[in-house]
Parts: sequence; structure tokens; C-alpha cells
Amino acid sequence: MTLHTPHIDWFAFSTVFALIGSAFLALLCAVLLPRAVRRLAAAGIAVAGFTAGLVLAVWLYVDSPNGHTVAVDAFYRDRWTALGQIILCAVGLATTLVGIEHVPGWGRGADVSRRDDHVAEFFALLLASAAGMAFFVGAANLMVLFLSLEWFSIALYVMCAIDYDLEGSLEAGLKYLIVGSFGAGALLFGSALVYGATGKISFNGIAAAIGSQGLTGDAFVVVGIALIIAGLGFKMSAAPFHMWTPDVYEGAPTTVTAWMSSATKVAALLLTFRVMTTAFPANQHLWGWAFAIIATISLAIGNFAALVQSNVKRILAYSAIAQAGFMLIGLSTGTPLGARALMYYLIPYSAAAFGSFAIIAARERELGVPVTLDNLAGFGWERPFLGVAMWFFVFGFAGLPLGGGFVGKFYVFAAAYDHGWVWLVIVGVLATLVSLYYYLGIVRAMYMRPAEELQVRPSGGVAVTGGAPARETLLQIAVGAALVVSFGSLFAVQPLIDVARDAANALPF
Amino acid sequence: MNATSLTSILIWLPIAGALLIWLLPLSRYATGSLALLFAFAEVGFWIEQAARFDFSQSGLQMEERANWFGELGVSYHVGVYGFSLWLVGLTVVAMAACTGYGFWVGRDRPRAYFGLMLLLTGATVGVFESQDLLLFYAFFEAMLIPLYILIGVWGGARRMEATVKFVIYTMAGSLLMLAAIVVYGLKAGTFDLVDGPTSASRWLFLGFMVAFVIKAPLFPFHGWLPDAYREAPPEIAAVLSGVIAKAGLYGMLRIAITKFPEPTSFYRTTVLVLAAAALVYGSLLAFRAPDFRGVVAYSSLAQSGLIALGLFAGTDLGFDGAVLQMVAHGLISVSLFLVAGAVERRTTTGEFRLLGGMARGRPALATLLMTVGVISLAVPGSAAFAGEFLILAGVFQRAWWWSAIGAGAIVLAAMYMLRLISAVLHEARGSTVVDEALDLRPGELALVVPLVAVLLALSAWPAGISHHSFFGDNPTAAVRSQFK
Repeated sequence: MTLHTPHIDWFAFSTVFALIGSAFLALLCAVLLPRAVRRLAAAGIAVAGFTAGLVLAVWLYVDSPNGHTVAVDAFYRDRWTALGQIILCAVGLATTLVGIEHVPGWGRGADVSRRDDHVAEFFALLLASAAGMAFFVGAANLMVLFLSLEWFSIALYVMCAIDYDLEGSLEAGLKYLIVGSFGAGALLFGSALVYGATGKISFNGIAAAIGSQGLTGDAFVVVGIALIIAGLGFKMSAAPFHMWTPDVYEGAPTTVTAWMSSATKVAALLLTFRVMTTAFPANQHLWGWAFAIIATISLAIGNFAALVQSNVKRILAYSAIAQAGFMLIGLSTGTPLGARALMYYLIPYSAAAFGSFAIIAARERELGVPVTLDNLAGFGWERPFLGVAMWFFVFGFAGLPLGGGFVGKFYVFAAAYDHGWVWLVIVGVLATLVSLYYYLGIVRAMYMRPAEELQVRPSGGVAVTGGAPARETLLQIAVGAALVVSFGSLFAVQPLIDVARDAANALPF
Repeated sequence: MNATSLTSILIWLPIAGALLIWLLPLSRYATGSLALLFAFAEVGFWIEQAARFDFSQSGLQMEERANWFGELGVSYHVGVYGFSLWLVGLTVVAMAACTGYGFWVGRDRPRAYFGLMLLLTGATVGVFESQDLLLFYAFFEAMLIPLYILIGVWGGARRMEATVKFVIYTMAGSLLMLAAIVVYGLKAGTFDLVDGPTSASRWLFLGFMVAFVIKAPLFPFHGWLPDAYREAPPEIAAVLSGVIAKAGLYGMLRIAITKFPEPTSFYRTTVLVLAAAALVYGSLLAFRAPDFRGVVAYSSLAQSGLIALGLFAGTDLGFDGAVLQMVAHGLISVSLFLVAGAVERRTTTGEFRLLGGMARGRPALATLLMTVGVISLAVPGSAAFAGEFLILAGVFQRAWWWSAIGAGAIVLAAMYMLRLISAVLHEARGSTVVDEALDLRPGELALVVPLVAVLLALSAWPAGISHHSFFGDNPTAAVRSQFK
């Protein structure tokens, strides 16, 4: 008897393979290589892995103008997937650059041994989570969706707790694990209900079954959609599924926070848009409203809660919740314009989110204590480049015309208006107004504190070991790249929108 | 060089200068000189632009257009009309004087300071030149960023509250404008100001107007004004009241009145009431203000009211007068704030009860302050008189009582200006005025005297602006045809 195996287009998975392959290699480094070369070898593998992933994703983008599923409706080979993978790999590359200098004592003669134990594992986990996300954005059925979600989540749980000698890091990892598992459970339960109602797991099949069997109002389908939205809402840290975000963003090592705040969000939002428009087009009135309401709640909670924070990582965490709200405005419309708006918004957003946390990481290494608005005083004058970059990023978040964030906001508002939701435009505008206060607060802290407070010199951290703050060339390169993306996207709107349109053409509108 | 590229050069040259200053590790002196060089180059390019401008031709001139994002009808579209030409001129001249003032007083952290000043110049010129709504909005907001940092870093003791108030006020207005822009542009299918149709929507009109009346400001949207004008460094206060406020008034003319003819006539009386209230209330507050800058700040509120009165009169004379008055008041208020800065540097205060008797032994200061003060209180023959007369004549055609209110306010202007002059220059010598406080130095004179010279030239020939702002000197027709 011959077994008929389906033909599989392996090239569709090439980005994922490149990333997971490098993850294995980095893990081998941890075991086989002597301590002295471990860090450089693992980081080198990560750089190579992300670069290879980036090249392959670009290749896939160019080579897949007509999107289709591969491997029996399990995975999409199209431009939506490829563009998502491009963003993920770019952020991963930048995270690697920041991560190389992550370990305290690197090149400074202090306490070198402390975390060299896990440096290779760190890069292995980074690569593994990136591979999971690259798989996740292309998911074409509920099984792959759940599998890849767990895949990158587990990697992230460990990454959050990798600074195991810091209480905050362990706490963050545990919190993320518990809340994340809850979200994953909701997603799985929702998937089961949808499968139960339709008998299908592939997105196309579900849409066809709902259409042909008239299941639009079916209780299983409706509750299933709600649970899937909840599960994905946890990952994109949209309110009311956001409770873990501030604690985890604050506690996790800042490099990991930078990675999570940009990459996880990119993956979750792109995949959510795909699931909703592909599997549940008939229920658009339902999930459209659900996301509009979630967007409103996220904007309200994120912005108002950020106002009263003093820890900068928490401010940025709440800002990330609010930003999810803006992107959900684009998502909730479910229109091609909304898809372009979301895709465009993600590009400057991921650069600014990554860049701002990377800068906080730099300050943290200088001070050796958590960064608050108070000890940020004078940072802008001490580190002019990082200071300028920070004000570009936060003004970009606020939608001031210093970066692509401005056009992104304009685009999501345009999508909402185009969809007939002027009220959502007003909500967005009011939320932006509230957000100004804390975004400006960061700039105020960096540049405008009274002269006596400017005398605060870095204490703890580097300063304890003496000497000027480390130059952190690689971190500065990564921040510079983020700055170029965030600023450049203001000018290169048309090319980026063209790319986003090509990507969105892969979705069934 | 091609005349059309002048428009873009005027916007991007100072921004390029800002980047250059941030990148080059130059000394304090070199940084200031470089910034001044860029500021003077701006003035030179503007003179070239004015020389090449054809006043006998209708429509937009020196137009440049490039795709920004075409699918929503947004483009990089810049060009100048007669009236925008004058406002660009005001901007570059005022910014050159203020940059020079910053150099003269030796601001700390020169690279940051001068870069931001140049950035502000570019953004403000962009506001007056852009012919696309989103581009206009981008520049309108971009002005705020350097202003926020300039006030927040180099301002006075209470600068924190001042900046927060200023930014929240103005952003509240401009975000509503953003919503209005989204709705207007998507409905029209284009964001182009020249191609865009007129709209009858009162909501959209209000969305735009909120941003403009806050920026101008008009009563009762002036809550940010006293703090910002007092706490900002003097040259930034000068820019705020001389130039930035004009961006709000310019927006009323270019967008609100032109694109929304029906709502304009519907809300005409409302706006005229607000404008008259700003005029009278501002004048009264100026009369009661206890310090130099307070007087100038509240007189700016009054002047914004007067200019809005002229704009919303909707008559030929009103428009002509408004444009002339925008330029004249811009120059006056920049000069006054710079003189206020000079006085504060010598006496450490601007409070009238600590000042007085500064005329003795300081002839240059006395002459300059007298000249500017007399021009500003609209003595017949001055540029401000020409502007105010045209505005009052224009609004008289609407109804006589508006001009009666306006004329009353001119009397108030004479009162507060003379009070200012006598409190600073005459009366008994104030406790902070010491003999060592010198007269204006050549450097300061070099900054203020050219401004006063321009004012005197305008006084001699106000028609240079008032008859050269709108095609065929027929503003109402130009507005009705949307400047096409």
C-alpha cells in the first residue's frame, strides 16, 4: 500500500525554518562552546538567523503575488504573511543588537560571570519566539493558530523570567505564564466551539461552512468568535485583556519588553485581521463592533492609567495598550482601507515601541535601578542622540508630525470615517489629547527639569564601577535604525501604502 | 534658480540648517553664527521670491506639487498668494531678529536652541505656504514641538505650567481640526486646498475655527496666553505673538472663510462678537497689567480680535486691513517683546512698580520704545493706523456699531501704550533701575532698528501690502473664487 503524502511547498516555511534552525544552533552554542566565545557566537548566529529570515521573507513577498494556502490549508503563502515576517525579522535583528550588550558587566570588567550562563539561551529563545510568530502570522487554520501561539508564548514566558536573580523578572514571567495560559485556553475553547459548529478548522472552510449552512447567528459560532477575540486580545494587550501588560512590561528585562511590545503586537494584530476577515466575514457586524468597543476601552484605560504612572516602563506599557486601541480602530473596520491603515501603522509603531524601550534599557544600564520620570532628569542633555531619538518616538506615539505615527493615526481615522464611524474618530482624537500629557511628560523629564535636578548623575550600575556610561554602539545603531524607520515613514508614505495594499490584497474582501 | 523652487527652499532650508547644527559639533559662537547665516539666507530668498512674485496675476504662484499619498488625495502642494507672501516675509524677518536676539544674549545649550529656532522657522513658513490640508496640519502641529521645548527649557520659573497649558490648549483645538480635516478631505476626495470644493457643513467649520481661535487667540480661548507670553524667553514670546498667532488668523482667511462660505455668514455675528470681546477685554486687561510683557501680551489678544473683526467683516476693506494689520502688528509686537527683554536684562524685572525713569541717560532705548509704542497705538500716519482704519472702515460696512467698538478700543490702546511708556521710561526712577544699566547696545539696536525701519516704511506706504495682497485688489471676489 502506498501512502499518499500531500505535496508541500517547503519554501513557504523558509523564514520559519531559518529562524528555528538558528535557534537550535544558538542552543547548541550554550552547551558546546566555551564560556569565552559563547556570547559572540550566539549573537552572531542570531544576527545571521534574522538576516536570513529577512532575506527569505522579502523573497517570499516578491515571489508570492497570488496568495494561496499551502500544506493542506494549514499555512498562507502570501504577502500579508511575508510583510509581517519582514517586520518581525527586522525587529528581531534590532533586538539582537540591543541584547548583545544586555548582560551587566559586558566589557566593563564587572561581574562578568553573572549572566553569561544564559546568554546563548537568551538568543535561542529570541529566535524561537520569532520563529513562532513568523509561523503565527501565516496560520491558515485554527490548529496552526493555537500551536504557533503557544510556541511563541512559551518562549516569551521564559524570556521574561530570564533574569532569574531579579525578583521582578521572575514575577513577570510567572504572571505572563498564568494570564497567558488563560488567554490561550480561551482561544482554544473558542476554536473548539467554532469547529463544533462548522466541522472545519481551516479559515476558508469555516467561512464556507458558515455561509452555506447559515450559521451566522449560531450560538456556538458567536460564542466561539467572542472567545477567540478574547484569546487574541490578551496577546495584543488590548483592554480589557490588558491586566498583565504593565506588570510584565515593567518586570521583564527591558530588551525583552522591547521585543514583546513591538513584535508580539505586530503578529497578533496581523493574524487577528486575517482570522476575522477570512474565517468570519459573515459576522463582520459582530466582530467589527466588538473591536470598536475594545478599541475604545483600550484607548480610555491605556491613556488614563498612563497619566498617573511614574515608572517610565509602566508609562510606555499603558501607552502600548492605548496604541493597540488605535490599531484596533483600523482592524474594526474590516475594510481594505482599514487593512492598509493597520499595516502602515504597524511599521512606525513597531520601530518607535522598540526604540523607546531600547533607550530605557540604556538608561537602566547606566543607573542600575528602574527608570522613573525623576531619574530620567537630564538624560536628554547627557545622551543627546538617545534623547533626541526618544522625543521623536514619543511625539510619534502622540501623533505629532515628527514621524510616521502621524500619518498612521490619520489613516486609521480615515478608515473609521470611511466605514461611517465618525464617533470612533472623535474617540481617537480625544484619546490623543489625553495621551499628550504623559508623552510630553517624558520629554519634560528628559530636558526641562530645574537646574538642580539636572545635577543627578548616574548612580549604581555603571557609575559604581566608575567611568563614563558605556558607549553601547550596537544599541545606538539599533535605535538609529528605528529612528530612520519612524522618521522615514513620514515621507515614504506612498511606497509603504503600496506595499501594504499588495499585502492586503491577499485577504478576501 | 527656478522661481517655483523658492517656495520649497524657504521651508526646507532652515530645517536642513537645524539638522546641520545638530550634527556638527561647533562652538557656541560658530553655532550662533551659522544659525544667523541661515536666518539671513531665508530673508534673502524671501526678497527674491517677493521680487519675482507677479502681483498682476491671479491664483497660486510659484507652485510645487508632489505625490505624498495619492490614494487619499494628499499631496505635497505648496505655493504662495499675495497675502501669504507677506506673512512669510513677516516670519523670516521676525525669526531672523529673534534668532539674533538669542545669539546676543548667549542662550545656554546653543546647538539645541538654534536648531529648534530654525526648525520653528521652517515649520511656520510651511504653514503659510502649504496648499494641502494635511500638509498644513502637519506644519501647524510641527510649530508646536520646537515651541514646547524652547519655552520649557529656556523659559522662566513657572515654565512647566505655562508649557503644559499652552500645549494642551492648542492641541485640543488642532486635534478637532484633524477630525474636521479627515471628514472634509474624504468627503471631497481630495485634501488639496486649491482644488477642494466649498462645504456647507457647520460642524466642519467649527472644527477648523476652534483650532484657529485658540491659536490666534480670541476671547474666551486665550487661557494659555498670559502664562506662555510671560514665562517664555522674550524672543520666543515675540515669535508667539508676532508670528505664531498670525498662523491662526491666516487659517481663518485661507481655510475657514474661503472653504466654508455658508457657515461663515451663519456664524459671522458670533465670531464678530468674540473678536470684539477679545478687542475690548484684551485692551482693558492690558491697561491693568502690572508688567511690561503683560501689556504686550494682552494687547496681542486685542489685536487678534481686531484682525478677526476685519477678516469676518467680509468686505474688501476689512480683508485688506486685516492682512496689513497682521504684518504691522507682527513687527510691532516682536519689537516690543525684544525691547521688553532688553529692559528685563538690565533690571531683572518687567514689573512697572520696580521700573521707571529709564529714559534718562538711555536715549536709544527711549527713542526706540517711543517710536514703536507710538506706531502701535495707531497714531495717524503709522502702519497700524492704516491697518486699523481699513479694518474699521471694512466692518463699518457690516454695521456701524462694530466700528464704534473698535474705535473705542483704539482709545484704550493709546491709554495702555502711553501707560507702558511712561511707566518704563518716565516717572520716578524705579528701585531696580541702576545707573550701571546701560543703554541699548549696538547688537540690540541692530536687531530692533531694522524692524522699526520696516514699520516706518510700511507707515509711509501701507498700500504696499494692503493693495498687494489679493488679485486685482478685490479681496471679496478673490475669496469667493477661492483664490483660483
